[in-house]
Amino acid sequence: MTHIILRHHDVENIHELSVYQANGGYEGLKKAFSLGPKAVIDEVKKAVVRGRGGAGFPAGLKWGFIPGGDMQKYIVINTDESETGTFKDREILEKNPHQVIEGALIAAYAVGATKIYNYWRGEYMDAAYACEKAIKDCYASGLLGENILGSGFSCDFYNHFGAGAYICGEETALLNSLMGDLGQPWSKPPFPAQEGLYGKPTVVNNVETLANIAPILVNGADWYVGLGTDQSNGIKVVCLSGHVNRPGNYEIEMGKVTYHQLIYGEEYGQGMRDDKGFKALLPSGGSGPVVTADALDADVSFEGLNPFGSMMGSASIIVMDEDTDMVWATEKMTHFFKHESCGKCTPCREGTFWLEKLLIKINKGRGTQEDIQKLERVATQIQGKCLCALGEFATSPVLSTIKHFMDEYKAKVNTAVPVPAD
Amino acid sequence: MSDLVTIFVDGIELQVEQGATVVDASKRVDVDIPVFCHHPKLEPVGMCRMCLVEIGMPMRDRATGEPVLEEDGSPQINWGRGLQTGCTVRVADGMRVRTTTDVVDEARENVIEFLLTSHPLDCPICDKGGECPLQNLTMAHGLGESAFDFDSKMQNEKHVPLGELIFLDRERCIQCARCTRFQDEIADDPVIGFHNRGRALEIVTLSDPGFDSYWSGNTTDICPVGALTTADFRFGARPWELIPVASISPHGPEGANITMSTRQEAKSGGRVVIKRIMPRQNELVNEIWISDHTRFVHHFADAADRLTKPLIRKGGVLVETDWDTALTTVAEKLQAAGSSAAGLSGDRPSNEDLFAFQKLFRQGLKSHHIDLAASRIAGGDVTAQVGIASGSNLLDLGRGDVIVVVASDLHEEAPIWWLRVKQAAERGAQLVVLNVRPTRLDKFATHLVHYPVGEAVATVRQLLGAAQISDGASDQIGKIAEAIVGATNVVAFYGYEGLTYAETDVLAKSLANLLQVKNSDGHSHVGRVNNGLIAVWPHNNTQGAWDMGIHPALAPGYQSVDQPGRSAAEIYSGVQDGTVQTLFVMAADPVGDGLMNGRGLLDFLVVQELFLTETAKVADVVLPAQSWAERDGTFTNGERRVQRYYPAIQPVGESRPDWQIIEQIGHKMGLDKPHFAASLVFKKGIAAGVPQYSDMDYRSIAKVEKQYPDVGGEDLYYGGTSYENKHGLGQQWTSAAESGDVAMFTVPDVTPSAAGALPVIRTAALYTPGTLINRSDVLSPRMAQPTLHLHAADADRLSIATGDAVIVSVNGQSLQLSAHVNGAAPQGLALINGVSYAAGVLDAKIETA
Ligand SMILES: Cc1cc2nc3c(=O)[nH]c(=O)nc-3n(C[C@H](O)[C@H](O)[C@H](O)COP(=O)(O)O)c2cc1C
Ligand code: SF4
Ligand code: FES
Repeated sequence: MTHIILRHHDVENIHELSVYQANGGYEGLKKAFSLGPKAVIDEVKKAVVRGRGGAGFPAGLKWGFIPGGDMQKYIVINTDESETGTFKDREILEKNPHQVIEGALIAAYAVGATKIYNYWRGEYMDAAYACEKAIKDCYASGLLGENILGSGFSCDFYNHFGAGAYICGEETALLNSLMGDLGQPWSKPPFPAQEGLYGKPTVVNNVETLANIAPILVNGADWYVGLGTDQSNGIKVVCLSGHVNRPGNYEIEMGKVTYHQLIYGEEYGQGMRDDKGFKALLPSGGSGPVVTADALDADVSFEGLNPFGSMMGSASIIVMDEDTDMVWATEKMTHFFKHESCGKCTPCREGTFWLEKLLIKINKGRGTQEDIQKLERVATQIQGKCLCALGEFATSPVLSTIKHFMDEYKAKVNTAVPVPAD
Repeated sequence: MSDLVTIFVDGIELQVEQGATVVDASKRVDVDIPVFCHHPKLEPVGMCRMCLVEIGMPMRDRATGEPVLEEDGSPQINWGRGLQTGCTVRVADGMRVRTTTDVVDEARENVIEFLLTSHPLDCPICDKGGECPLQNLTMAHGLGESAFDFDSKMQNEKHVPLGELIFLDRERCIQCARCTRFQDEIADDPVIGFHNRGRALEIVTLSDPGFDSYWSGNTTDICPVGALTTADFRFGARPWELIPVASISPHGPEGANITMSTRQEAKSGGRVVIKRIMPRQNELVNEIWISDHTRFVHHFADAADRLTKPLIRKGGVLVETDWDTALTTVAEKLQAAGSSAAGLSGDRPSNEDLFAFQKLFRQGLKSHHIDLAASRIAGGDVTAQVGIASGSNLLDLGRGDVIVVVASDLHEEAPIWWLRVKQAAERGAQLVVLNVRPTRLDKFATHLVHYPVGEAVATVRQLLGAAQISDGASDQIGKIAEAIVGATNVVAFYGYEGLTYAETDVLAKSLANLLQVKNSDGHSHVGRVNNGLIAVWPHNNTQGAWDMGIHPALAPGYQSVDQPGRSAAEIYSGVQDGTVQTLFVMAADPVGDGLMNGRGLLDFLVVQELFLTETAKVADVVLPAQSWAERDGTFTNGERRVQRYYPAIQPVGESRPDWQIIEQIGHKMGLDKPHFAASLVFKKGIAAGVPQYSDMDYRSIAKVEKQYPDVGGEDLYYGGTSYENKHGLGQQWTSAAESGDVAMFTVPDVTPSAAGALPVIRTAALYTPGTLINRSDVLSPRMAQPTLHLHAADADRLSIATGDAVIVSVNGQSLQLSAHVNGAAPQGLALINGVSYAAGVLDAKIETA
């Protein structure tokens, strides 16, 4: 299969502007210029590109929310990529940066933005250097800056580094951080499309979402709609990791590949490490509910895991084998959320701390049956009460492992020697 | 007024303004949704999650847009997904709110339980205990017991001085961001902020010196826990031991309403003392905010060096004496001097004091030689005609309105007005700022003019000219004139920065005429609500001093006298040349302020004071007066609002109220018997003798009505611990323009003071050293140091560097100052700061010490 996003697998050195252009690069942008802004938005709406940052909100609709008028508008590329087990945006930007730049430029042209900010996860320095070079080349070739390709449209592009906070992937926290404020989300509304960066209308899109745009303009929305399922058009880059033989990023057509295929297929994971048995997987990093073997035949798409009470999210699939201690794994994930909680809202700030306390206690062999109930209660106490989704995410591993692996919890508390609380 | 929408809160139907939050709207029908982070004066953030409620909207048919009805004909309600924060959701027509359901109760329990997992529960030693929103809401909505059985609460620093005035207890903070938002949104001093994240999220100061803001104390009122405390109250008393006493700020012209929390305590020898000062809500004056000056200056009242007994000069030294001897001596000396006796007063005493003072001179001695000891700014006679109309509220100014501020640094001189003007500008009012140099207000100005040194008056005259011609001139002055004339409402403030008294007179009259220019609809900007002139008076009762006739040419109520007496300047020169022999100084220190050179050739000097000032030291008799905290009285603020204050503490020593002392002297001279109470001085004296006050008495001034936002009640969590106003919103007297047209003023000519090579002006600082503020130890680190601000280019020319000691000679006085380069001074103008008053543009000699 030829890749649509991970094109570096098919075309050597596609990160070079000349190579990218020789292989159809920036044709999408030219097409956009010939269509005009409104038609571009219509085309992207028609293609129904659901956001690849995890929430799955259609990009075309989002662009359509940007008000008309002469005010400053912004495009912000979300390259914070900090979800556990997610590493696709880095590869896309490092190996095929122009496709993202082109997508962002089309978005900017469509909504009338003249500044693009690319907000990077702080640790992604190397990839950002590659991107920085791509931007320089674009400026030199008239693809960025004043009057791009003689279209009369002008746009600038800036890379900006975060300081390594998961919460800064949440779009409003990202914008606060970008403005130099504390990386904490704000309560929506206002949505970024109304009042975003510096109070101005702003589109925040994930790297992968934007990488889909140029091919859609070149090949047409109908081509894109023909790929994938009813509810999940197009292709998806999945990040496969954990106890598999060949972890990595794989580009798949949505709805056409099952989780089982991903783990065992020759072109994907090539089976479980050391031929161990499969126990569970996290379909969307730490933030989505764990699923077990019965979900393996579900296909990878936005709706595939609905019957199993979980979701695809950003498709960061972490596979766990039969030896995995699920209570231990839950503690690790909970630690992550506690560590990353911004502290702005009460349930997330205090609740994640409490969850971790209980899990440590249980894992240390000091827990009681009551502590399991308490764990579940604290998780439900957080649910539905937080300012942003992070707190909600934190409850997923806890509640789903309690649901699927109660026996493991029980085993830990049954052997426990009760000691006073620490 | 904005559009009203109908909503239903727990079944109660109500109409509220569109845009109100669900929490604020519910409050209107007494449905209290508990909150921590929400504050009715701040933008919502939705972070504590305490206010979760169920919110529903009527469903509409997608195709037809018609409401979907239940079988009984009532609209079908979509209760949305889960709970929503009532503090961030804005009302919409038809909205339903449920605040008493099980899910809501449970959510409140949950949030409280979470908050308490990292709260120290040190209520028994916490200053907020007893008036703590967290404590109260835990009682109301918390579980009796927590399932959180770990001992590991946060172990954080407990006594963090954010600055000299405010201490932070990091364990108690519940991360509600009220303090930081207050500093960002209201005070425009973003000097504190959050640091770190998660449970480690903590408040830090971002400024050097720490928490560098004139407003810092307000954060302690709105902090919903005992995390923020003031340096002079912390660990000082328990809230339930405190008796609140209503009062008025003894400092600025804004007349901020305050409450003094008092306690009788053993450690103060059984005396009742002021433990703290807090704001008292008056949406017409200071809302629920006070400056740190107002909050911390009160320590002078309890100062150890207060005068406690009358003093009399014997054998060249002042010795203690009894009241009768002192009063008799003064009465005899004054009577002997008769109409040649002169009186100088400060502008801090009450209306009652001031009225009695002028009466003693005018009626008792037939002397009009009375004046303010330091007259800095003219125009009381002008504001009496065209001052801001009664019934006005700066809070109502916004889009379509214009505010003009001339020659005043409001942030330093009248911070409450600065706050309210800034807010009006944020609401969309056009702000016109005219000054000789940049000030904190510039940032909010729509039209900004920095006129050349000495051209304040010329600039305002130009503006007046442009407004009168209205030829649509497109230069800046033309545009400003057009904006002013065309505005719905106009309020103009004028001050005295860099101006002489005579110049301020011209300024007041020119602005008065400008406000009287009629627009195309025939409206002018005087005599109508939310229009008129405001003088930025230097003190809390300068307005009252004008009204009471502390003026050589104006008797009470601005009635002209046939034979004006000596002005202050003439009295000072008379003291030097012997033409003034007998002088009574009340609540002023002309010697200390450099206005009077010792006692000159005076035969007799009596000083009525709180402290042994430089003037008192050279007096023959010193009479100990009571401070405002020990008695009642009225002050009139710069908006001509007459406001009452009440006695909070017992008199210090044998001190007496000023009015009483004066009336006792008068009585000895054969005048009426002294009144029994200040209220009677008001009723029998002021209301009868000052026409503008004729419809007032202590009861009418003490009237209150319901104010919004509804703060200060039982539900402390809503607005903070600022006090509900139960003791009076005050009463504004009507300006002449409200009852008919007033004539245009004849504007005299004035020559600006001659400037030398490097003109110098004195600029105000809120914490300028002075008799009262010097007694407040907490403020001493913040006190403005005597400083000469120079622009780098001027400093170069004079070979002066930052930190150099310089001597600046002005008006025959030499000031020791420390030079500061690259600070606030524009090129070609030097600024003197942190010293008492000096008028006009000075031709000063600057030398390195
Ligand atoms: C805690 C949290 C972390 C997130 N992290 C990321 C991220 O790293 N990258 C990303 O693209 N979106 C992330 N999101 C989703 C963004 O808020 C936002 O929905 C997305 O960037 C929108 O782009 P899309 O519509 O193209 O997906 C995160 C959301 C939350 C609540
Ligand atoms: S110090 Fe007080 S006001 Fe400031 S965030 Fe903490 S609890 Fe809120
Ligand atoms: S979230 Fe509404 S009051 Fe705090």
